[in-house]
Amino acid sequence: MTSLDQLFVNANAWLLSLLPDWARLWASILVRIGVIAALAPIIMMYLTWLERKLIARMQNRFGPTRVGRYGLLQPLADGLKMLIKEDIVPRGADRLLHLAAPILAVVPAILLFAVFPFGRNMIPADLNVGLLYVFAISSISSYAIFMGGWASRSKFSIIGAMRSVAQIISYEVPGVLSVVAVIMVAGTLSLVGIVEAQGPRWFVFTPWGVVGCLMFFLSGVAEVNRTPFDMPEAESELVGGFHTEYSGMKFALWYMAEFLESFAICALTVTFFLGGWQGPPVPFWLLAVLLAVLVGTARLVAVPVRILGVVAMAGAGLLCGAEPIPSWIWFFAKTYALVFVLVWFRGTLPRLRVDQLMGLAWKFFLPLGLINILAAGLWVWWPFPTGTAASAFLLLASSWLLVRANNPAPLAPRSYVFAD
Amino acid sequence: MAWIGYGVLKGLGVTLKTFLETYPWGRAVLRGLSIPVADGLFTIQYPDTKQQHAERFRYFPFLVYDETPDNLRCVACKICEQECPPQCIHIVGPAKDEQGRPLKAHGRTFPVEFDIDMSICMSCRICVDVCPFDAIEMDNQYELSASDRYEHMVFNQEKLLKPAEYFQQIKPTEAATVDQRLAAKKAKAAPAAPPPQAPKPPEGS
Repeated sequence: MTSLDQLFVNANAWLLSLLPDWARLWASILVRIGVIAALAPIIMMYLTWLERKLIARMQNRFGPTRVGRYGLLQPLADGLKMLIKEDIVPRGADRLLHLAAPILAVVPAILLFAVFPFGRNMIPADLNVGLLYVFAISSISSYAIFMGGWASRSKFSIIGAMRSVAQIISYEVPGVLSVVAVIMVAGTLSLVGIVEAQGPRWFVFTPWGVVGCLMFFLSGVAEVNRTPFDMPEAESELVGGFHTEYSGMKFALWYMAEFLESFAICALTVTFFLGGWQGPPVPFWLLAVLLAVLVGTARLVAVPVRILGVVAMAGAGLLCGAEPIPSWIWFFAKTYALVFVLVWFRGTLPRLRVDQLMGLAWKFFLPLGLINILAAGLWVWWPFPTGTAASAFLLLASSWLLVRANNPAPLAPRSYVFAD
Repeated sequence: MAWIGYGVLKGLGVTLKTFLETYPWGRAVLRGLSIPVADGLFTIQYPDTKQQHAERFRYFPFLVYDETPDNLRCVACKICEQECPPQCIHIVGPAKDEQGRPLKAHGRTFPVEFDIDMSICMSCRICVDVCPFDAIEMDNQYELSASDRYEHMVFNQEKLLKPAEYFQQIKPTEAATVDQRLAAKKAKAAPAAPPPQAPKPPEGS
């Protein structure tokens, strides 16, 4: 393996080799926990920054610009603000549950990071039941949301929480069903195994993969309560939904959970369908040149910093130019591309109605998920042209039929007796 | 509807185009695809860059004087005080001597106090319209925030007085009309000027 690709793996191994034998196991565990504990808040903070910047651009605005260059210190300012805000608990609220709920929301979101294959050999814990672990852990968040809504003793919170539970439970079903096809084809529940099974062809380039990818991603978007499925915190109807009565650091924890879960959904879609850490063999110097141009043309950054950045990039490009782009960069690039799609959805789509949301899950995704398993079976059973064509035809025909079946005949135009 | 999801994709296309329009490279990409491009970012970063406001932009009135600050056009007739809808103008005057006779400067009576409460003024320009002497005009300064309600937001005569040249500078068109009108008035008054002593009050009688 190349040096850049295994940079962090080798660094970890070197660090552990300095320690005596008996400490190595514990140190290895501590390093993994430490990296995740440091990475998760940073990812969350800069997701908020990224989201605000991107959504602003879609609305012809700049987004944060005042704190630091390009508003890069805005997340820190926000964090500081959240820390010094007053923590208000409504009268009559269950204080213990009110405190426990946001913590219970953040913990599973961080736990999910334990099984992400960030790069080749770069996985904190390669569980052989990784996929089950992911679904088991991520469904804890519905408990947290309902707990928070219930403990707040507020009508907005409880309505938001009830909607949220209904939504999360509904969308877990198509979410899991869409991954069943992946398990069938990959023949393993380990996330590393799934990524490696996509070596010859990413799953998204198969008929059942396209449908599965869309279904898994959209179910994920619904599960983490993001637009257009953000009923649980519908601002215009429910003030803030389940987090109406939260302020200060508890509110920040809710946000942290939400952003980490969004990141997790993107990362899991990448792992299951978009080839994980694998990418086409593009030489590293192309990326280095791109980054050098990006840093060099950053107008607001001081000139010495820009020169330093360009020199560093050029150095990295010269040193490792012949190597392919490292696997962890592929993983993060794909994940952030999906994060962009999430923000793009938020900038474009209005919120669905509750009945539309449930209808999408139960009347469209659920049958399509079952058919998708059959389609994946056909794809595996028959050799290339027949299987692909058969599964593509099956999916197209059934989705067309489902749409037709779900659209009732249009009502006859109303005539208003007194209006004419 | 053309096919499933067409509307969603169309909507996503609109936001993506708006997103790309805000970046120079994005505009280049759009031009490369021969899509009509508009300039993206409309936001003016206010304290750093300011909008060029129109000449007729108005915010708060000021008192005009010619040459020296004591030669103000206002004669303290109090029409503006009475016409002001929110009643933010307060005038004491015209100035009088001990015997109660009006004092004059440059042939005109003048106010003792002239205050306008900036926090009440609604920028309606009625005071300017009703003033028969073109003594009050609208300014275009709008950064007038202050931390003290009575010390800084009530503008006294000293703060309100601004030279006629300033008026000509901020609003050339309007100032030209006003100057023309004043010149015509002066020309009309000029033939009657030779016996100018007549309307003056007999001094010391």
